[in-house]
Amino acid sequence: MSDTITSSDTLDHHEPHAKGLGRWLFTTNHKDIGTLYLIFSFVMLFIGGGMAFVIRAELFQPGLQFIQPEFFNQMTTMHGLIMVFGVVMPAFVGLANWMVPLMIGAPDMALPRMNNWSFWIMPFAFTMLLSSLFMDGGGPNFGWTFYAPLSTTYAPPSTTFFIFGVHLMGLSSIMGAINIITTVLNMRAPGMTLMKMPMFVWTWLITAFLLIAVMPVLAGCVTMMLMDIHFGTSFFNAAGGGDPVMFQHVFWFFGHPEVYIMILPAFGVVSQIIPAFARKKLFGYHSMVYATASIAILSFIVWAHHMFTVGLPAAAELFFMYSTMLIAVPTGVKVFNWVSTMFKGSMTFEAPMLFSVAFVVLFTIGGLSGLMLSIAPADFQYHDTYFVVAHFHYVLVPGAIFGIIAATYFWIPKWSGYMYNEGLAKVHFWLSFIGLNLTFFPMHFLGLAGMPRRIPDYALQFADFNMITSLGAFLFGTTQLLFLYIVIQCARGKGEPAPQKPWEGAEGLEWTVPSPAPLHTFEQPPKVD
Amino acid sequence: MLSAFVRVTKQLAVIASLLLMSWAVHAEWEVNMPKGITPISETVYDLHMIIFYICVVIAVIVFGGMFWSIIHHRKSKGHQPANFHESTTVEIIWTAIPLLILVVMAIPATQGVFAMYNSDDSDIDIQVTGYQWKWRYQFIGEDIDYFSVLATPRDQINNQATKGEHYLLEVDEPLVVPIHKKIRFLLTSNDVIHAWWVPELAVKKDAIPGFINESWTYIKEPGTYRGQCAELCGKDHGFMPIVVKAVEESEYQDWLNEKKEQRRLELAKAAAEAEQTWDLNELVTKGQQVYEKNCQACHQPTGEGLPPVFPALKGSAIIKGDIAEHIRVVLHGRTGTAMASYAAQLSDSEIASVVTYERNAWGQNSGDTVQPSDVAELR
Repeated sequence: MSDTITSSDTLDHHEPHAKGLGRWLFTTNHKDIGTLYLIFSFVMLFIGGGMAFVIRAELFQPGLQFIQPEFFNQMTTMHGLIMVFGVVMPAFVGLANWMVPLMIGAPDMALPRMNNWSFWIMPFAFTMLLSSLFMDGGGPNFGWTFYAPLSTTYAPPSTTFFIFGVHLMGLSSIMGAINIITTVLNMRAPGMTLMKMPMFVWTWLITAFLLIAVMPVLAGCVTMMLMDIHFGTSFFNAAGGGDPVMFQHVFWFFGHPEVYIMILPAFGVVSQIIPAFARKKLFGYHSMVYATASIAILSFIVWAHHMFTVGLPAAAELFFMYSTMLIAVPTGVKVFNWVSTMFKGSMTFEAPMLFSVAFVVLFTIGGLSGLMLSIAPADFQYHDTYFVVAHFHYVLVPGAIFGIIAATYFWIPKWSGYMYNEGLAKVHFWLSFIGLNLTFFPMHFLGLAGMPRRIPDYALQFADFNMITSLGAFLFGTTQLLFLYIVIQCARGKGEPAPQKPWEGAEGLEWTVPSPAPLHTFEQPPKVD
Repeated sequence: MLSAFVRVTKQLAVIASLLLMSWAVHAEWEVNMPKGITPISETVYDLHMIIFYICVVIAVIVFGGMFWSIIHHRKSKGHQPANFHESTTVEIIWTAIPLLILVVMAIPATQGVFAMYNSDDSDIDIQVTGYQWKWRYQFIGEDIDYFSVLATPRDQINNQATKGEHYLLEVDEPLVVPIHKKIRFLLTSNDVIHAWWVPELAVKKDAIPGFINESWTYIKEPGTYRGQCAELCGKDHGFMPIVVKAVEESEYQDWLNEKKEQRRLELAKAAAEAEQTWDLNELVTKGQQVYEKNCQACHQPTGEGLPPVFPALKGSAIIKGDIAEHIRVVLHGRTGTAMASYAAQLSDSEIASVVTYERNAWGQNSGDTVQPSDVAELR
């Protein structure tokens, strides 16, 4: 027995593992489940991205060319739902599954069977959601924010499937979050105090609390919809004494923390990568932790800034304006800390660093337009225009998505045991960088000039920028096929074998295990001093 | 293979020339918010510009520092990493300075909010009601009540005709208001949530069923100002524009009188029509016009609808069944569905004719006729 736990290699040989499909269906291993989440998210990226292609093709020129308005609305709705719930969230859960145990020196997640279940719910939830596109009356067509009564009284019958899908996703997210909190709080290696944890673990711990707090609110929200649709209640139906605005309050009480759920883990990722490639410790570790926690707490008291034009009383308008402006402070602290980490470092620019630097620049642009949006009187002009579309794509694409891509390049040597092709990865970076700015920057101009969001056709003065935006989107989308190719090459074992620690400046327990990381690591806890 | 290549090349050439042409035509690119023509729109514009410049300055400082580091502190230049990684002093500084900037920013923003919310002492009150997919304007205290519908022809949208100058931003009847008057808008909706937005006025407010929201404007210059619905409201959300025509006071009075006279005539005509007995042909001809204007966005010109949200009429139990029930559905709508009540929008004769049309269209020549008096009974 004693020799089996001293070496993880020998341990692999002794454990009975299911082979083939069974290995993946029944796995309770955090690395396998992490891989499943990441593959799932990658598949959904291309489905959600395909929908963006349809949207941008229709908007390439004024007039209706390819699709009818009712299908256009289904595309915008599904694109949003899939990107939020099917791409960004599962990708971060996948990263957490892979990296959190490795980073805190734990042998696995605390609740491995629940881990399996929380993953395997996802494919069913999304099959159900996507199948609604083929039902009579089409899929959800009321925007990813599904405001009532458009999503209740006036919705297609498939909305019931949408509601059940959302319930399942919520279930999965809550279980994932419970697992991460339990793992982080109970299974850290001796000596790994909370304030010694890597930033990625910290940001995920905070994110997990956000998830537990707000996913039930979303569940409540869709349950009320279900009751309104099928059981004759009038939660959101004004004719029955209900309140359509209450829907928005409930939705955004979930929705605003949700946007931080999608960005905080990316903050964690770049906080790992920038110090590694600047060969210098993260500047202001403590303030980074406090800033992340402040952002999370503030996220609960800003929701109505999504509703400035809904007819809130002036006092509420002011409260939500001030609280929203306040978020700029901890966010600013984070950006200043990243820049200070780079300052006087010894930097190299491999793909993870390129994506992280782009993250800092472009996320900051998104943050600054967010600050503009917080100014309530000005928001009356920005609200529901392409300016908002530009804003949230600047925080989510170069924010969340670039964070995920950077993490993939940073850790894929550890996952696969092979180095990715650096030359191709740089091409991937530059094409993505150019494509995304071509796509989303002109949207600021469109919004300011008066183009509302979620319209399938537009007035002639918006034609030029829409054409540029569409071309940029085609470039950005197609470039991700290159990313797929690079990742597949690593998975197939094409490329240089990766050393245990491929990055000169990287720190952390994950680099103390071999590459690829064996199925079982840290059977005996490492010592952290 | 070769022909496909030639075709693609040709298409690319067309796209390229389109791009060049559009650049030449629109020499002036709209990249900023319009300054507008009301005190509020100017306040908003100024706030927007102040916060924008603040953001630019912050961006220049942050990115400047960052790119300076990126250029100079590279390993390839032999730069050795420094050791510092913590300083409470700088953390406090870069927490405090942004906080101060925000406080400074909050002062004009707060004044802006109060100005926008002060809708007291209005000269004119107009109730704006959102319908799927048109706007209704009722002038409070005046006998004026009409709908404003997209005027762009369908063949322009379907690329079968050249698009006009105000493509998608034109309506059959604009909202006419006087300049130099405080106008209060009372916004509500008949079905889903809409938002009434005219950028030049900086007025955007949600129109919500069961709620009445307030907003106001004071237009300083005569002109035609165009906007759109800003809240996703279903299929034709992109096709419900707003046109506000601001005119001198005297011209406004003329318009008011003309509009009232027009409305009187319409009501008289409707009353006369209601008395009249119509033959099938007259009913079907009139009914088709009513159908095209009010029904076909959902039920489609073919009567096949877009089921199941917008059910087919063709071959349905409604148009084959009881006439009274058919009239009732048009009059009162169907609760729990997208079918709205048309009692307020259509006169007895219009409902009689559209019901007749539906019962005699799409291959079903029932020969049923419905008279205005039948509708009046069920109203």
